[in-house]
Amino acid sequence: MQSGYWENLLKFLERRWDDLLQLFLQHVAVVALSVAIATVVGVGIGLLVWDRATTRTSAITLAAVILTIPSLALLAVLTPVLGLGWGPTIVALVLYSQLPIIRNTVVGLRSVPSHVLESAQGMGMTSRTALLRVQLPMAWPIILTGIRVATQLAIGIAAIGAYVAGPGLGQYIFKGLSSLGSKNALNYAMVGTVAVIIVALLADALFILITRLTTPRGLRV
Amino acid sequence: MSEQTATLFPSTATTPGGVSIELEGVTKNYEGQAVPAVENFTMRIEPGELVMFVGPSGCGKTTTMKMINRIIEPTSGSIRIDGREVLGLDPNELRRHIGYVIQQIGLFPHMTIAENIGTVPRLLGWSKERVNARVEELLDTVQLEPAQFADRYPRQLSGGQQQRVGVARALAADPPVMLMDEPFGATDPITRERLQQEFLRLQAEIGKTIIFVTHDFEEAVRLGDRIAVLSERSQIEQFDTPARILAAPANDYVKSFIGSGAALKRLALMPLADTTLAPLAGAPGKRPTVPRTGTLRDALDLLVVTGADAVDVVDEAGAPLGSLSHADVSANLAGIGMPAGTGMPAGAGMPAGTGMPAGASIGETSPGAAG
Repeated sequence: MQSGYWENLLKFLERRWDDLLQLFLQHVAVVALSVAIATVVGVGIGLLVWDRATTRTSAITLAAVILTIPSLALLAVLTPVLGLGWGPTIVALVLYSQLPIIRNTVVGLRSVPSHVLESAQGMGMTSRTALLRVQLPMAWPIILTGIRVATQLAIGIAAIGAYVAGPGLGQYIFKGLSSLGSKNALNYAMVGTVAVIIVALLADALFILITRLTTPRGLRV
Repeated sequence: MSEQTATLFPSTATTPGGVSIELEGVTKNYEGQAVPAVENFTMRIEPGELVMFVGPSGCGKTTTMKMINRIIEPTSGSIRIDGREVLGLDPNELRRHIGYVIQQIGLFPHMTIAENIGTVPRLLGWSKERVNARVEELLDTVQLEPAQFADRYPRQLSGGQQQRVGVARALAADPPVMLMDEPFGATDPITRERLQQEFLRLQAEIGKTIIFVTHDFEEAVRLGDRIAVLSERSQIEQFDTPARILAAPANDYVKSFIGSGAALKRLALMPLADTTLAPLAGAPGKRPTVPRTGTLRDALDLLVVTGADAVDVVDEAGAPLGSLSHADVSANLAGIGMPAGTGMPAGAGMPAGTGMPAGASIGETSPGAAG
C-alpha cells in the first residue's frame, strides 16, 4: 500500500517533470517581478511619508486594509480590468506586499538616532542627502526584512493567482482541488504545495545571502 | 568649489586659524512659551579665542550655540562671523564651514572612520586624492594611527577614540570656527582628562575660534581662554578669563557656580614657571621638590602632604630654582593679574624683601648651569 503510493507519485513526477519545472520557474518569476516592483513602490512611498505624521499613518493604514482583502476577491475584482493571467496576479502581489515594505521602510528611517541626523545636518548635508546617504543605508537591514516578509507573503498568494489563470504552481493545486476523487488529484495538490514550500525555503535562503552581502559592514552585529 | 571654501569668510583666505564671531541682540522665542529661551544675547568673540559657555541645564547655552550654525533659527538679532551676517547665507553652505561636535558624537555607523572624516570635504567637492590626504593628516593630528584606524567602523572604537574621530571630522575642511556641545561629557573621567589635554594641545596648534558648551565649571576653567557664565534665558552673568572670574566673581550666582575652593582652583591655573619664587633658604636637597612644569596647586599640595615649611621648585634637570613656603603661595595668589613670567621684582605682590626674580635664583644656586 505504502510502496504503491510512492511508486505512483514517482511515476507522476517523471511524467510531468518538464511541466512542473516550468510552473516552478513561472512561480519564481512572478514573485520576483512583483516583489521588485513592490520594493520600488513601497520604499518610494516610505521615503515620501516617513516624516509626515498624517500621510504616514494614512499610507500604512491603507496598506493594512489592502492586506485584509481576501485574495480571491481581489483577483476577481481585478480581472474585469486587467484580464486573466500575469496582469492581475502581479498587481495583486504588488498590492499585498506594500504593508511590510512601507512599514519597515518607515520604521527603519525613523530608527536612525536623532544625534546622527543632527551631526549630518551640522556638517551641512541637505535633508535629501542625509536621507539617501545616511538614513537609507542605516535603515537598509530593516527594509530588507520587510521585503523578505513580503516575498514569503507573495509566494503563498501567487499560488492563488492560478484561479485567474495566473502563472505558477497554483495551477497544480487548483487542478488537484477541481478533480477530487480522481486518480491524480492528491498528487497534483500535494506536489504543487510542496513545490511552493520549496520556493519559499529557497527564497529565504537567498535573503539570508542578500542580507549578508548588502548590509554595510559597520552595521553588522 | 574650493575657491568658495576660501571666501565664505574673507579673512580665512589670508590668515589661517580663527575668525571673529559677533552676536548682537540674539533672541529665540519658541511658540507657545511665554519666556524666551535666549533673550537679547550680545557677545563678541575674538579670532582664535576658546570661549566656554557654562550654565545649568536648560539655561539656553546650547540653544545660543546652535543658532550660530542655524541648527536653530534665531527669532531676532544678528550673528556675524568674520563680519558676514550668517542669517543671509545658505544654511548648508554655512555649516560646511563651521566645525560641529556634539556629545553623542553622531558618527555614521555604516561608514568607515575615513569616510566619516571625509564627509564635509566630499560635500565641498574635493578630489578623492585630496580627501584621502586630508583624512590621513587628521588621523595623525588626533593621534589615531591611519593605517590602523582608517578602515575601521565606529562601533569598533572606544568612546574616547570615537570622540577623537568626531573632532577630526569637524576639523576636516579646516573651518575657522568650531562649535562644541559638551563634547567630552559622556566619557569617563580619565578619558575626559586625556581628551581635554589633547584638545588644548591641538588648539594651541590650530588656533580656531571655538565656542565650547559645558555644565562643568572645572572643565571651563581648565580649557577656556574666557568663560561666559550664563543663567536663565542665556543671560551673561560674567564674561571674563578663568583667573579673573575665580578672583572676582561678579555676583552670588557666579560664586555659587564656582563652588567651594575658588583659591585652590586659581592656584591650579598658575604655572610654577610663571610664579615668583623665594630664594633658596639654606642648602637644597633637604626640602621636597616640585617640578617647574607643575602649578602652584601642586606646590601647595606638596606642602600640605609633607608638612614641610617650604618646597623647592626644580627645573627639568632637577636643579633647584627657588623655594615656596605657604606664605609665598598666598603672596602669589594675591598678586594675580600681574603680567606673568616677566621676571618682575617680587615686591609688587609680596612683602618686601621676601621675594626675588625667579631667574636670579638660577645663577645663584646652579652656577654650572648658568656658565
